[in-house]
Amino acid sequence: MKAIALAVLWGLTFAAAYAAEPGRTPLPAIAIEKPGQCVEPKDVMRRDHMKLLQHQRDKTLHQGIRTKKHSLNECIACHADRKTGTVLGKDGFCQSCHEYAAVKLDCWDCHQPKPGQKTASGAKP
Amino acid sequence: MSENNSRRGFLATSAAALAGLTLAPGIRLVEIATAKPDNEPVTAKVRWGMLIDTTRCQSGCTECVAACGKENGLSEVKKPRTDAQWIRKIDLKELKTGRALSLPMMCQHCANPPCVDVCPTGASFKRADGIVLVDRHICIGCRYCMMACPYKARSFVHEPHTDQNPEVPRGQGCVEGCTLCVHRVDRGGTPACVEACAAAGHNAMLFGDLNDPESAIAKRVREVKTTQVRADLKLDLGVRYEGI
Amino acid sequence: MASASTYVETQSRPAAFWGLLALGGLFMLAAFAAFLHFEHSGHVVTGMDNQIVWGMPHVFAVFLIVAASGVLNVASIGSVFGKPAYKARAPLSGLLALAMMAGGLAVLAADLGRPDRLIVAMTHFNFKSIFALNMMFYSGFFVIVAAYLVTMMDRSLNRWSKIVGFLAFFWRLALTTATGSIFGFLIARTAYGSALLAPMFIIYSFAYGLAAFLIVQGSMYAWNGLALDARILARMKNLLAVFVGAALYFTVVMHLTSLYFAKQEAYERFLLLDGGIYTAAFWLGQVVVGGLLPLALIFAPGATQARVIAASVLVVLGGLAQMFVTIVGGQAFPLEMFPGYAVSSSFQDGIVNAYSPVPGEFALGFGGIALAFLITVVAVRVLRFLPQDDFAALNAED
Repeated sequence: MKAIALAVLWGLTFAAAYAAEPGRTPLPAIAIEKPGQCVEPKDVMRRDHMKLLQHQRDKTLHQGIRTKKHSLNECIACHADRKTGTVLGKDGFCQSCHEYAAVKLDCWDCHQPKPGQKTASGAKP
Repeated sequence: MSENNSRRGFLATSAAALAGLTLAPGIRLVEIATAKPDNEPVTAKVRWGMLIDTTRCQSGCTECVAACGKENGLSEVKKPRTDAQWIRKIDLKELKTGRALSLPMMCQHCANPPCVDVCPTGASFKRADGIVLVDRHICIGCRYCMMACPYKARSFVHEPHTDQNPEVPRGQGCVEGCTLCVHRVDRGGTPACVEACAAAGHNAMLFGDLNDPESAIAKRVREVKTTQVRADLKLDLGVRYEGI
Repeated sequence: MASASTYVETQSRPAAFWGLLALGGLFMLAAFAAFLHFEHSGHVVTGMDNQIVWGMPHVFAVFLIVAASGVLNVASIGSVFGKPAYKARAPLSGLLALAMMAGGLAVLAADLGRPDRLIVAMTHFNFKSIFALNMMFYSGFFVIVAAYLVTMMDRSLNRWSKIVGFLAFFWRLALTTATGSIFGFLIARTAYGSALLAPMFIIYSFAYGLAAFLIVQGSMYAWNGLALDARILARMKNLLAVFVGAALYFTVVMHLTSLYFAKQEAYERFLLLDGGIYTAAFWLGQVVVGGLLPLALIFAPGATQARVIAASVLVVLGGLAQMFVTIVGGQAFPLEMFPGYAVSSSFQDGIVNAYSPVPGEFALGFGGIALAFLITVVAVRVLRFLPQDDFAALNAED
């Protein structure tokens, strides 16, 4: 029994190391279209962007606080891909990283991934 | 800083437009509310409300409906049973007398909203300033609020959407309704329907702060008789009607 | 009291058993396909719309939930009221309660606009919402009934079964009251907003639950080549008649009272006279098939087991009709926003709302029944649920 467990563990470690080899897994395409300073430092953003977005959404909805700093629309305005015009798509800023991390993106069922999108009838909001 | 300049510019041009829209001295039908700063929460000092003069409302005119659709990214109604309609025109005819009238019906933004009481997750909520909204982040799409609303104010999103207005996120599986154009109101604007009605010259809709005794709407509801639809339910509505 | 009843597993008949599982599995597959289709394309592919927001899936789901709470009655009569014939049936009753509740809740969850947010539903509670309270009652129901089953089937814990049985009894009453109040608390529609709906649902649950139990018990006895003792059959069929009669009574009182109110007259006329399918479902389905016919079958002389089972099937069908009338009929009637006015709009105001359910909605509903069915079939094969009556105690009682 112990032998089998050890063998399985060894096999898994081997597989993990194999997979972690650079070049084997497609890395996210993080293209910063508008170079400059993001609203928070890079490591803070990487770790906490989901918390910032979650708190901002509650503040906006429940208290009507519409500050620009952590506004999702401001993120999109900056981070949308210049060519495709969206944060989604194969190399989209949000999607490529989320696909790499295998974290489902629930936002885009409702939120508009393109900045300054015209409404359905063509008028700007 | 350009943010403040554009706001000043907006207020200036609106004030000028406002003068042109004045019909009678002292009564301005399009009320510009003082914009609260972006980073301050809304308070219960304000209670947003609407007054609709049905005597000025014409059957067949759907300016308010069209404006709402354009502003909120609602597609044109091709499937009337499942497409979302946040505001609609209702044609009434009194059965005994034959008197006909027309009025727009939307979420009445009750102070005692049944939809808020019944929502299992608390997604349907009332903001401090009286606007009743759906928090689509926690709406599970159970549609119980739609069962509970006496005004059929809510619509369920039956299909996926990709053409949303960035200011009005909406998507499949959640329930939605008139937001009193909260994204505009928070920045000192008025709902799109009110603006469109005024722009078309009908001036049947008035928006403002019911708690401010100096606002046009507060003055008007003090002067003339107004009714709440289904007043017997005692929901204390934010939307009142003249002429029913 | 004489010694406790013994329980056995059902007879082993592999081919038929796997056949039953395959049948249940097929229905579940169809339900799952319907669920995926609704999820992917949105509810536009269903017959439900902005007018009829709760449709056939909810009819089945609410029926299963109400019957699940009622089927536990059999166990309660055993534990709370101490009747030995019912005590023998208590484990099966508990199992059915769990299975049917699971089936009903699965259908409800599958029909949500955003079923991926079930975790949100479990972590955000608006305690003023009767729906949220229902969810808490359902979760508690599973825990309590499971504990009840354990205390009944594990001999070392038998002494706790009475206390847990009491808890299950009161929890269930609260749960069904809350389920009826889902409609009873709504002021918006003429069909709802009545305090009577909560006790009505309690009585409905008694009737539908006992009917479901009789059907399952009859099937199990037939499978094992056993016959139900005539005395037990007599008791249970009379109890079913009492519940069906009480349900009819509540229905009569509710509608007679409504007819007395001028403001309810339009809705009553719609339901009782010119509501088309809703009128048919009410009179034919709820009253005749669900009420009068079963009473006739039960009380006609020479009631055999087959006749009692037939009566139970009719009660179940009548129950589905009743849920249809309550849930869909209540929504079909237009909102009366402007009494005294005829209204019309682009949003279907002022008209009786049409509803054409798509096959997928039925598939979803049957999937709930299939889930309850599969759970029951596997459980009675694996564990000892078939009641063996303790005739000594029965004879002593007579």
